[in-house]
Amino acid sequence: MDDRQQLRDLALNDKGFVFDPLTGATFSTNPTGLQILRFLQEGADRSAILAGLQARFDVRGDDLTRDLDEFVSTLRRQGLVGQDFGL
Amino acid sequence: MNDLLPAYERPVLVRHARGAMNKFSRAASMQPATELDGVPYDRLLEAYGSPLFAFSERTLVQTYRQLEDAFATRWPRVRIAWSYKTNYLDGICRLLHQQGAWAEVVSGFEYDKAVRNGVPESRIHFNGPAKSEADLDKAFRGDAIVHLDHFDELALAERVARRLGVRPGVALRLNLATDGVPAWTRFGFNLESGEALSAVRRLIAGDVLQLVGLHCHIGTFIPEVGPYQQAARKLALFANLLRADHGITVDFLDLGGGFASHNTLKAQYLPGTEASPTFARYAEAIVDGLEALDVDPLERPTLVLETGRALVDDAGHLVTTVVANKRLPDGRRALVLDAGVNSLFTAFWYKHDVVPTAPVHGIPEPTILYGPLCMNIDCMRDTLQFPPMSPGEHLVFHHVGAYNVTQWMQFITYRPAVCLVGQDGQHALLRRRETLDDVAGCEELPAWIG
Repeated sequence: MDDRQQLRDLALNDKGFVFDPLTGATFSTNPTGLQILRFLQEGADRSAILAGLQARFDVRGDDLTRDLDEFVSTLRRQGLVGQDFGL
Repeated sequence: MNDLLPAYERPVLVRHARGAMNKFSRAASMQPATELDGVPYDRLLEAYGSPLFAFSERTLVQTYRQLEDAFATRWPRVRIAWSYKTNYLDGICRLLHQQGAWAEVVSGFEYDKAVRNGVPESRIHFNGPAKSEADLDKAFRGDAIVHLDHFDELALAERVARRLGVRPGVALRLNLATDGVPAWTRFGFNLESGEALSAVRRLIAGDVLQLVGLHCHIGTFIPEVGPYQQAARKLALFANLLRADHGITVDFLDLGGGFASHNTLKAQYLPGTEASPTFARYAEAIVDGLEALDVDPLERPTLVLETGRALVDDAGHLVTTVVANKRLPDGRRALVLDAGVNSLFTAFWYKHDVVPTAPVHGIPEPTILYGPLCMNIDCMRDTLQFPPMSPGEHLVFHHVGAYNVTQWMQFITYRPAVCLVGQDGQHALLRRRETLDDVAGCEELPAWIG
Protein backbone atom coordinates (compact mmCIF):
# COMPACT_ATOMS: atom_id res chain seq x y z
CA MET A 1 0.00 0.00 0.00
CA ASP A 2 1.06 3.59 -0.64
CA ASP A 3 2.67 5.03 2.51
CA ARG A 4 0.70 8.25 2.40
CA GLN A 5 -2.54 6.33 1.98
CA GLN A 6 -1.68 4.12 4.94
CA LEU A 7 -1.02 7.23 7.00
CA ARG A 8 -4.29 8.80 5.89
CA ASP A 9 -6.11 5.65 6.95
CA LEU A 10 -4.88 5.92 10.51
CA ALA A 11 -7.67 6.82 12.93
CA LEU A 12 -6.56 9.49 15.40
CA ASN A 13 -8.32 11.13 18.28
CA ASP A 14 -7.45 14.35 20.07
CA LYS A 15 -6.03 12.46 23.08
CA GLY A 16 -3.33 10.76 21.05
CA PHE A 17 -5.01 7.40 20.46
CA VAL A 18 -3.93 5.89 17.15
CA PHE A 19 -5.62 2.97 15.38
CA ASP A 20 -4.18 1.27 12.33
CA PRO A 21 -7.11 -0.41 10.49
CA LEU A 22 -4.67 -2.36 8.34
CA THR A 23 -3.35 -4.43 11.25
CA GLY A 24 -5.69 -3.64 14.11
CA ALA A 25 -2.78 -2.33 16.16
CA THR A 26 -3.34 0.60 18.50
CA PHE A 27 -0.87 3.14 19.81
CA SER A 28 -0.53 6.13 22.08
CA THR A 29 1.25 9.23 20.95
CA ASN A 30 1.91 12.56 22.62
CA PRO A 31 0.73 15.94 21.30
CA THR A 32 3.86 16.44 19.24
CA GLY A 33 3.60 13.00 17.67
CA LEU A 34 -0.10 13.54 17.00
CA GLN A 35 0.64 16.79 15.22
CA ILE A 36 3.29 15.14 13.05
CA LEU A 37 0.87 12.37 12.10
CA ARG A 38 -1.72 14.98 11.13
CA PHE A 39 0.84 16.85 9.05
CA LEU A 40 1.75 13.60 7.32
CA GLN A 41 -1.91 12.83 6.63
CA GLU A 42 -2.18 16.26 5.00
CA GLY A 43 0.79 15.42 2.80
CA ALA A 44 3.20 17.88 4.36
CA ASP A 45 6.87 17.54 3.52
CA ARG A 46 9.83 17.72 5.87
CA SER A 47 10.28 21.48 5.89
CA ALA A 48 6.55 22.10 6.29
CA ILE A 49 6.39 19.74 9.26
CA LEU A 50 9.38 21.40 10.94
CA ALA A 51 7.91 24.85 10.37
CA GLY A 52 4.52 23.67 11.59
CA LEU A 53 5.97 22.33 14.82
CA GLN A 54 7.82 25.60 15.40
CA ALA A 55 4.57 27.47 14.93
CA ARG A 56 2.42 25.28 17.17
CA PHE A 57 4.69 24.49 20.10
CA ASP A 58 6.90 26.39 22.50
CA VAL A 59 10.22 25.00 21.24
CA ARG A 60 13.24 25.79 23.38
CA GLY A 61 16.52 24.53 22.07
CA ASP A 62 15.17 21.14 21.06
CA ASP A 63 16.54 19.35 18.03
CA LEU A 64 13.42 19.10 15.89
CA THR A 65 15.21 17.59 12.92
CA ARG A 66 16.58 14.74 14.95
CA ASP A 67 13.27 14.21 16.71
CA LEU A 68 11.38 14.09 13.40
CA ASP A 69 13.83 11.59 11.91
CA GLU A 70 13.53 9.41 15.00
CA PHE A 71 9.74 9.58 14.91
CA VAL A 72 9.69 8.56 11.26
CA SER A 73 11.96 5.62 12.05
CA THR A 74 9.48 4.62 14.77
CA LEU A 75 6.67 4.70 12.19
CA ARG A 76 8.73 2.40 9.97
CA ARG A 77 9.52 0.05 12.86
CA GLN A 78 5.84 -0.13 13.83
CA GLY A 79 4.80 -0.88 10.24
CA LEU A 80 2.78 2.33 9.86
CA VAL A 81 4.80 3.17 6.75
CA GLY A 82 6.99 1.06 4.51
CA GLN A 83 10.67 0.49 5.15
CA ASP A 84 11.59 2.84 2.32
CA PHE A 85 9.50 5.73 3.56
CA GLY A 86 11.46 8.90 4.25
CA LEU A 87 10.97 12.63 4.42
CA MET B 1 10.05 30.98 22.88
CA ASN B 2 6.32 31.48 23.39
CA ASP B 3 4.70 30.74 26.74
CA LEU B 4 1.24 30.85 25.16
CA LEU B 5 1.93 27.73 23.12
CA PRO B 6 1.95 24.20 24.52
CA ALA B 7 5.39 22.99 25.57
CA TYR B 8 7.23 20.98 22.97
CA GLU B 9 7.88 17.35 23.90
CA ARG B 10 9.98 14.95 21.92
CA PRO B 11 7.43 12.98 19.78
CA VAL B 12 6.78 9.42 20.90
CA LEU B 13 4.56 6.63 19.63
CA VAL B 14 4.08 3.58 21.84
CA ARG B 15 2.36 0.42 20.67
CA HIS B 16 -0.25 -0.99 23.03
CA ALA B 17 0.68 -4.45 24.28
CA ARG B 18 -2.33 -6.52 25.26
CA GLY B 19 -2.05 -9.07 28.04
CA ALA B 20 1.23 -7.69 29.32
CA MET B 21 -0.06 -6.74 32.73
CA ASN B 22 0.63 -8.99 35.66
CA LYS B 23 -2.01 -11.10 37.30
CA PHE B 24 -2.89 -8.36 39.73
CA SER B 25 -3.48 -5.92 36.89
CA ARG B 26 -1.48 -3.27 38.65
CA ALA B 27 -0.86 -0.29 36.47
CA ALA B 28 2.75 0.78 36.38
CA SER B 29 2.99 4.01 38.33
CA MET B 30 5.82 6.48 38.12
CA GLN B 31 5.55 8.97 40.92
CA PRO B 32 8.50 11.33 41.03
CA ALA B 33 10.60 11.58 44.18
CA THR B 34 11.37 15.26 44.50
CA GLU B 35 12.95 15.35 47.94
CA LEU B 36 14.56 13.35 50.68
CA ASP B 37 13.10 14.02 54.12
CA GLY B 38 12.07 17.50 53.07
CA VAL B 39 15.28 18.43 51.29
CA PRO B 40 14.85 18.73 47.50
CA TYR B 41 17.18 16.50 45.53
CA ASP B 42 17.99 19.51 43.36
CA ARG B 43 19.38 21.30 46.41
CA LEU B 44 21.55 18.31 47.31
CA LEU B 45 22.88 18.16 43.74
CA GLU B 46 23.68 21.88 43.83
CA ALA B 47 25.63 21.37 47.04
CA TYR B 48 27.47 18.14 46.25
CA GLY B 49 27.27 17.52 42.50
CA SER B 50 26.02 14.61 40.43
CA PRO B 51 25.98 11.69 40.77
CA LEU B 52 25.35 11.62 44.49
CA PHE B 53 24.55 9.03 47.11
CA ALA B 54 22.16 10.47 49.69
CA PHE B 55 21.28 8.75 52.96
CA SER B 56 18.29 9.40 55.17
CA GLU B 57 19.16 9.51 58.86
CA ARG B 58 15.45 9.26 59.65
CA THR B 59 14.98 6.05 57.70
CA LEU B 60 18.16 4.54 59.11
CA VAL B 61 17.20 5.22 62.71
CA GLN B 62 13.58 4.18 62.22
CA THR B 63 14.63 0.93 60.58
CA TYR B 64 17.02 0.17 63.43
CA ARG B 65 14.27 0.73 65.96
CA GLN B 66 11.86 -1.45 64.01
CA LEU B 67 14.41 -4.26 63.96
CA GLU B 68 15.22 -3.90 67.64
CA ASP B 69 11.56 -3.70 68.65
CA ALA B 70 10.62 -6.73 66.57
CA PHE B 71 13.11 -8.94 68.40
CA ALA B 72 13.31 -7.32 71.84
CA THR B 73 9.57 -7.77 72.31
CA ARG B 74 9.97 -11.50 71.67
CA TRP B 75 13.30 -12.42 73.30
CA PRO B 76 14.77 -11.16 76.58
CA ARG B 77 18.29 -10.33 75.44
CA VAL B 78 18.94 -9.11 71.91
CA ARG B 79 22.13 -7.68 70.45
CA ILE B 80 22.39 -6.08 67.03
CA ALA B 81 25.93 -6.13 65.67
CA TRP B 82 26.30 -3.78 62.73
CA SER B 83 27.70 -5.56 59.70
CA TYR B 84 30.53 -3.27 58.67
CA LYS B 85 30.99 -4.70 55.20
CA THR B 86 27.47 -3.60 54.29
CA ASN B 87 28.36 0.06 54.68
CA TYR B 88 31.38 1.17 56.67
CA LEU B 89 31.15 4.90 56.17
CA ASP B 90 32.02 6.34 59.56
CA GLY B 91 28.89 8.50 59.70
CA ILE B 92 26.59 5.56 59.05
CA CYS B 93 28.41 3.31 61.53
CA ARG B 94 28.41 5.92 64.25
CA LEU B 95 24.70 6.59 63.83
CA LEU B 96 24.03 2.90 64.35
CA HIS B 97 26.42 2.62 67.28
CA GLN B 98 24.61 5.57 68.86
CA GLN B 99 21.44 3.48 68.65
CA GLY B 100 23.20 0.72 70.57
CA ALA B 101 24.62 -1.48 67.82
CA TRP B 102 27.80 -3.46 68.42
CA ALA B 103 30.13 -4.09 65.47
CA GLU B 104 30.46 -7.18 63.30
CA VAL B 105 33.65 -7.09 61.26
CA VAL B 106 35.27 -9.51 58.85
CA SER B 107 38.80 -8.14 58.45
CA GLY B 108 41.54 -6.34 60.30
CA PHE B 109 40.69 -3.22 58.31
CA GLU B 110 37.07 -3.30 59.44
CA TYR B 111 38.20 -4.03 63.01
CA ASP B 112 40.39 -0.91 62.99
CA LYS B 113 37.54 1.12 61.55
CA ALA B 114 35.20 -0.02 64.32
CA VAL B 115 37.78 0.90 66.95
CA ARG B 116 38.25 4.28 65.29
CA ASN B 117 34.49 4.74 65.52
CA GLY B 118 34.72 4.36 69.27
CA VAL B 119 33.40 0.82 69.58
CA PRO B 120 34.88 -0.91 72.65
CA GLU B 121 36.80 -3.92 71.38
CA SER B 122 34.83 -6.18 73.68
CA ARG B 123 31.78 -5.18 71.60
CA ILE B 124 33.22 -6.42 68.33
CA HIS B 125 32.24 -9.75 66.78
CA PHE B 126 35.15 -10.72 64.52
CA ASN B 127 34.03 -12.99 61.67
CA GLY B 128 35.64 -13.99 58.42
CA PRO B 129 37.54 -16.95 56.98
CA ALA B 130 40.98 -15.36 56.70
CA LYS B 131 42.01 -13.73 59.97
CA SER B 132 45.76 -13.33 60.24
CA GLU B 133 47.84 -14.03 63.32
CA ALA B 134 48.13 -10.27 63.80
CA ASP B 135 44.33 -9.99 63.61
CA LEU B 136 43.85 -12.66 66.28
CA ASP B 137 46.56 -11.10 68.44
CA LYS B 138 44.79 -7.75 68.26
CA ALA B 139 41.36 -9.25 68.90
CA PHE B 140 42.47 -11.32 71.92
CA ARG B 141 44.33 -8.39 73.46
CA GLY B 142 41.21 -6.27 72.98
CA ASP B 143 38.85 -8.94 74.34
CA ALA B 144 36.87 -9.00 71.10
CA ILE B 145 34.72 -12.02 70.27
CA VAL B 146 36.41 -14.09 67.58
CA HIS B 147 34.20 -16.39 65.52
CA LEU B 148 36.30 -19.36 64.41
CA ASP B 149 35.78 -20.46 60.83
CA HIS B 150 37.95 -23.58 60.33
CA PHE B 151 40.35 -25.94 62.10
CA ASP B 152 43.50 -24.14 60.97
CA GLU B 153 42.16 -20.95 62.48
CA LEU B 154 41.25 -22.80 65.66
CA ALA B 155 44.85 -24.04 65.96
CA LEU B 156 46.25 -20.59 65.18
CA ALA B 157 43.94 -19.01 67.75
CA GLU B 158 45.17 -21.45 70.38
CA ARG B 159 48.81 -20.61 69.62
CA VAL B 160 48.13 -16.89 69.83
CA ALA B 161 46.17 -17.25 73.08
CA ARG B 162 48.91 -19.35 74.67
CA ARG B 163 51.56 -16.84 73.62
CA LEU B 164 49.51 -14.02 75.14
CA GLY B 165 48.66 -16.06 78.24
CA VAL B 166 44.91 -15.46 77.87
CA ARG B 167 41.81 -17.68 77.73
CA PRO B 168 39.67 -15.77 75.23
CA GLY B 169 36.01 -16.39 74.66
CA VAL B 170 35.33 -17.50 71.11
CA ALA B 171 32.38 -18.56 69.01
CA LEU B 172 32.11 -21.27 66.40
CA ARG B 173 30.65 -20.43 63.05
CA LEU B 174 28.50 -23.31 61.83
CA ASN B 175 27.03 -24.04 58.45
CA LEU B 176 23.84 -26.03 58.27
CA ALA B 177 21.13 -27.14 55.89
CA THR B 178 17.77 -25.39 55.64
CA ASP B 179 14.95 -26.03 53.19
CA GLY B 180 15.01 -23.84 50.12
CA VAL B 181 18.29 -22.05 50.78
CA PRO B 182 21.55 -23.41 49.33
CA ALA B 183 23.88 -24.04 52.27
CA TRP B 184 26.92 -21.80 52.47
CA THR B 185 29.21 -24.67 53.31
CA ARG B 186 32.39 -22.74 52.63
CA PHE B 187 32.09 -20.86 55.90
CA GLY B 188 32.37 -22.44 59.31
CA PHE B 189 32.04 -26.00 60.57
CA ASN B 190 29.35 -28.21 59.13
CA LEU B 191 26.69 -29.24 61.60
CA GLU B 192 25.09 -32.23 59.94
CA SER B 193 28.35 -34.04 59.15
CA GLY B 194 29.55 -33.89 62.75
CA GLU B 195 32.36 -31.45 61.94
CA ALA B 196 30.91 -28.87 64.32
CA LEU B 197 30.92 -31.37 67.19
CA SER B 198 34.49 -32.32 66.32
CA ALA B 199 35.45 -28.67 66.52
CA VAL B 200 33.90 -28.44 69.99
CA ARG B 201 35.82 -31.50 71.16
CA ARG B 202 39.03 -30.14 69.64
CA LEU B 203 38.45 -26.81 71.37
CA ILE B 204 37.81 -28.51 74.72
CA ALA B 205 40.92 -30.65 74.33
CA GLY B 206 43.04 -27.58 73.57
CA ASP B 207 42.02 -26.14 76.93
CA VAL B 208 42.88 -22.55 76.05
CA LEU B 209 39.83 -21.15 74.28
CA GLN B 210 36.41 -20.77 75.91
CA LEU B 211 33.37 -21.47 73.79
CA VAL B 212 30.92 -18.65 74.47
CA GLY B 213 28.79 -18.56 71.35
CA LEU B 214 27.40 -20.35 68.31
CA HIS B 215 26.92 -18.57 65.01
CA CYS B 216 25.40 -19.31 61.65
CA HIS B 217 24.61 -17.20 58.62
CA ILE B 218 22.41 -19.09 56.23
CA GLY B 219 22.65 -16.75 53.25
CA THR B 220 21.88 -13.34 51.89
CA PHE B 221 18.65 -11.64 50.82
CA ILE B 222 16.43 -14.49 51.97
CA PRO B 223 12.81 -13.43 51.44
CA GLU B 224 11.47 -16.42 53.41
CA VAL B 225 11.27 -16.82 57.17
CA GLY B 226 11.06 -20.62 57.27
CA PRO B 227 14.81 -21.19 56.85
CA TYR B 228 15.48 -18.93 59.84
CA GLN B 229 13.15 -20.97 61.99
CA GLN B 230 15.02 -24.12 60.99
CA ALA B 231 18.45 -22.56 61.54
CA ALA B 232 17.47 -21.23 64.95
CA ARG B 233 16.11 -24.63 65.98
CA LYS B 234 19.29 -26.37 64.87
CA LEU B 235 21.46 -23.92 66.79
CA ALA B 236 19.24 -24.39 69.85
CA LEU B 237 19.44 -28.19 69.69
CA PHE B 238 23.22 -28.02 69.28
CA ALA B 239 23.44 -25.73 72.30
CA ASN B 240 21.37 -28.26 74.26
CA LEU B 241 23.82 -30.99 73.23
CA LEU B 242 26.83 -28.94 74.34
CA ARG B 243 25.33 -28.36 77.74
CA ALA B 244 24.15 -31.92 78.25
CA ASP B 245 27.27 -33.70 77.01
CA HIS B 246 30.05 -31.20 77.68
CA GLY B 247 28.76 -28.86 80.36
CA ILE B 248 29.16 -25.83 78.11
CA THR B 249 26.53 -23.12 78.34
CA VAL B 250 26.97 -20.54 75.60
CA ASP B 251 26.33 -16.88 76.22
CA PHE B 252 24.91 -16.13 72.78
CA LEU B 253 23.39 -17.60 69.68
CA ASP B 254 24.13 -15.57 66.57
CA LEU B 255 21.71 -15.98 63.66
CA GLY B 256 23.79 -13.79 61.36
CA GLY B 257 22.07 -11.64 58.76
CA GLY B 258 20.51 -12.10 55.36
CA PHE B 259 17.11 -10.47 55.88
CA ALA B 260 15.73 -9.09 52.62
CA SER B 261 15.46 -5.35 52.16
CA HIS B 262 12.75 -3.81 50.01
CA ASN B 263 14.77 -4.29 46.87
CA THR B 264 13.64 -6.62 44.09
CA LEU B 265 15.95 -9.33 42.81
CA LYS B 266 16.24 -9.62 39.04
CA ALA B 267 14.55 -13.02 39.07
CA GLN B 268 11.86 -11.94 41.52
CA TYR B 269 8.27 -11.58 40.34
CA LEU B 270 6.66 -9.43 43.01
CA PRO B 271 8.37 -6.16 43.97
CA GLY B 272 10.39 -6.33 47.17
CA THR B 273 8.20 -3.70 48.78
CA GLU B 274 5.46 -6.35 48.78
CA ALA B 275 7.43 -9.60 48.89
CA SER B 276 9.99 -9.01 51.65
CA PRO B 277 8.94 -10.19 55.12
CA THR B 278 8.69 -7.69 57.93
CA PHE B 279 11.18 -7.80 60.80
CA ALA B 280 8.33 -9.08 62.96
CA ARG B 281 7.90 -12.14 60.74
CA TYR B 282 11.61 -12.91 60.83
CA ALA B 283 11.54 -12.48 64.61
CA GLU B 284 8.55 -14.80 65.03
CA ALA B 285 10.29 -17.50 63.02
CA ILE B 286 13.61 -17.23 64.84
CA VAL B 287 12.09 -17.13 68.30
CA ASP B 288 9.90 -20.08 67.38
CA GLY B 289 13.03 -22.03 66.47
CA LEU B 290 14.81 -20.98 69.65
CA GLU B 291 11.98 -22.39 71.75
CA ALA B 292 13.80 -25.72 71.33
CA LEU B 293 16.37 -24.46 73.84
CA ASP B 294 16.28 -26.56 76.98
CA VAL B 295 17.09 -23.80 79.47
CA ASP B 296 15.32 -21.81 82.13
CA PRO B 297 13.66 -18.84 80.37
CA LEU B 298 15.63 -16.48 82.59
CA GLU B 299 18.90 -18.03 81.45
CA ARG B 300 18.26 -17.83 77.75
CA PRO B 301 21.35 -16.84 75.77
CA THR B 302 21.60 -13.49 74.07
CA LEU B 303 20.26 -13.50 70.53
CA VAL B 304 22.75 -11.79 68.25
CA LEU B 305 21.74 -10.41 64.84
CA GLU B 306 24.19 -9.22 62.21
CA THR B 307 21.59 -7.54 60.06
CA GLY B 308 23.22 -5.31 57.47
CA ARG B 309 21.36 -5.02 54.21
CA ALA B 310 17.85 -4.77 55.66
CA LEU B 311 19.01 -2.05 58.06
CA VAL B 312 20.64 0.34 55.64
CA ASP B 313 19.44 -0.47 52.13
CA ASP B 314 16.24 1.53 52.25
CA ALA B 315 18.01 4.57 53.71
CA GLY B 316 20.25 5.04 50.69
CA HIS B 317 19.44 6.74 47.38
CA LEU B 318 21.54 7.45 44.30
CA VAL B 319 20.75 10.63 42.41
CA THR B 320 21.97 10.73 38.84
CA THR B 321 21.70 12.99 35.80
CA VAL B 322 20.60 12.15 32.27
CA VAL B 323 23.47 12.71 29.85
CA ALA B 324 21.80 11.61 26.63
CA ASN B 325 18.87 9.91 24.93
CA LYS B 326 19.45 7.19 22.35
CA ARG B 327 17.17 5.05 20.21
CA LEU B 328 18.30 1.44 19.94
CA PRO B 329 17.79 -0.53 16.72
CA ASP B 330 15.06 -2.62 18.36
CA GLY B 331 13.05 0.52 19.09
CA ARG B 332 13.79 0.78 22.76
CA ARG B 333 14.80 4.11 24.13
CA ALA B 334 18.05 4.28 26.05
CA LEU B 335 19.14 6.87 28.56
CA VAL B 336 22.81 7.44 29.28
CA LEU B 337 23.27 8.42 32.93
CA ASP B 338 26.24 9.90 34.72
CA ALA B 339 26.29 7.07 37.30
CA GLY B 340 27.21 3.52 36.38
CA VAL B 341 27.67 0.07 37.81
CA ASN B 342 31.07 1.09 39.12
CA SER B 343 29.12 3.13 41.67
CA LEU B 344 25.90 1.11 41.85
CA PHE B 345 27.33 -2.38 42.13
CA THR B 346 23.95 -3.79 43.17
CA ALA B 347 22.56 -3.03 39.70
CA PHE B 348 23.94 -6.47 38.84
CA TRP B 349 21.50 -8.12 41.27
CA TYR B 350 18.44 -5.93 41.56
CA LYS B 351 15.72 -4.36 39.50
CA HIS B 352 16.25 -1.11 41.33
CA ASP B 353 13.29 1.15 41.90
CA VAL B 354 14.13 4.29 39.90
CA VAL B 355 12.03 7.41 39.33
CA PRO B 356 12.51 11.00 38.10
CA THR B 357 13.19 13.72 40.68
CA ALA B 358 10.63 16.08 39.12
CA PRO B 359 7.12 15.65 37.75
CA VAL B 360 7.30 14.44 34.18
CA HIS B 361 4.83 14.51 31.33
CA GLY B 362 4.54 12.34 28.33
CA ILE B 363 3.99 8.74 27.45
CA PRO B 364 6.16 6.12 29.15
CA GLU B 365 7.88 3.78 26.76
CA PRO B 366 10.27 0.82 27.08
CA THR B 367 13.54 2.32 28.22
CA ILE B 368 16.89 0.93 29.25
CA LEU B 369 19.16 2.85 31.60
CA TYR B 370 22.88 2.80 30.87
CA GLY B 371 25.72 4.25 32.87
CA PRO B 372 28.61 6.35 31.56
CA LEU B 373 31.21 3.58 31.30
CA CYS B 374 32.61 2.58 27.96
CA MET B 375 31.84 -1.02 28.90
CA ASN B 376 28.96 -3.14 27.67
CA ILE B 377 28.21 -4.39 31.18
CA ASP B 378 27.28 -0.92 32.36
CA CYS B 379 23.52 -1.37 32.50
CA MET B 380 21.88 0.31 35.48
CA ARG B 381 18.38 -0.95 34.84
CA ASP B 382 17.08 -3.29 32.23
CA THR B 383 14.04 -2.35 30.21
CA LEU B 384 11.27 -0.63 32.14
CA GLN B 385 8.43 1.69 31.21
CA PHE B 386 9.85 5.16 31.72
CA PRO B 387 8.61 8.64 30.85
CA PRO B 388 10.51 10.92 28.49
CA MET B 389 13.60 12.47 30.03
CA SER B 390 15.92 15.13 28.67
CA PRO B 391 19.64 15.66 29.23
CA GLY B 392 20.21 17.48 32.49
CA GLU B 393 17.17 16.02 34.22
CA HIS B 394 17.64 13.76 37.20
CA LEU B 395 16.63 10.29 38.34
CA VAL B 396 16.90 8.70 41.75
CA PHE B 397 17.54 5.03 42.46
CA HIS B 398 16.05 3.85 45.74
CA HIS B 399 17.17 1.11 48.16
CA VAL B 400 20.88 1.47 47.41
CA GLY B 401 22.26 1.87 50.94
CA ALA B 402 23.72 -1.62 51.29
CA TYR B 403 27.00 -2.74 49.77
CA ASN B 404 27.31 -0.02 47.15
CA VAL B 405 29.51 2.38 49.09
CA THR B 406 31.71 -0.55 50.07
CA GLN B 407 31.74 -2.63 46.89
CA TRP B 408 31.90 0.29 44.47
CA MET B 409 35.09 0.62 42.54
CA GLN B 410 37.16 3.42 41.17
CA PHE B 411 36.95 2.53 37.50
CA ILE B 412 36.94 4.99 34.59
CA THR B 413 35.23 7.68 36.68
CA TYR B 414 35.69 9.02 40.19
CA ARG B 415 33.56 7.63 42.95
CA PRO B 416 30.77 10.10 43.77
CA ALA B 417 30.15 12.03 46.93
CA VAL B 418 27.92 10.65 49.68
CA CYS B 419 25.78 12.90 51.84
CA LEU B 420 23.50 12.48 54.82
CA VAL B 421 20.18 14.23 55.30
CA GLY B 422 19.57 14.73 59.00
CA GLN B 423 16.30 14.41 60.83
CA ASP B 424 15.74 18.16 60.97
CA GLY B 425 16.49 18.95 57.35
CA GLN B 426 20.20 19.63 57.71
CA HIS B 427 22.54 17.89 55.34
CA ALA B 428 26.27 17.28 55.14
CA LEU B 429 28.86 15.17 53.39
CA LEU B 430 29.64 11.68 54.61
CA ARG B 431 32.32 11.28 51.94
CA ARG B 432 33.49 13.79 49.41
CA ARG B 433 33.83 13.03 45.71
CA GLU B 434 37.15 11.45 44.78
CA THR B 435 39.89 13.49 43.15
CA LEU B 436 42.78 12.60 40.91
CA ASP B 437 45.11 12.89 43.89
CA ASP B 438 43.03 10.33 45.79
CA VAL B 439 43.28 7.88 42.94
CA ALA B 440 46.87 8.49 41.86
CA GLY B 441 48.17 9.09 45.37
CA CYS B 442 48.92 5.42 45.94
CA GLU B 443 50.91 5.09 42.75
CA GLU B 444 54.71 5.10 42.53
CA LEU B 445 56.89 5.79 39.51
CA PRO B 446 60.02 3.64 39.21
CA ALA B 447 63.09 5.87 39.01
CA TRP B 448 64.10 4.60 35.58
CA ILE B 449 60.79 5.74 34.10
CA GLY B 450 61.02 9.18 35.61
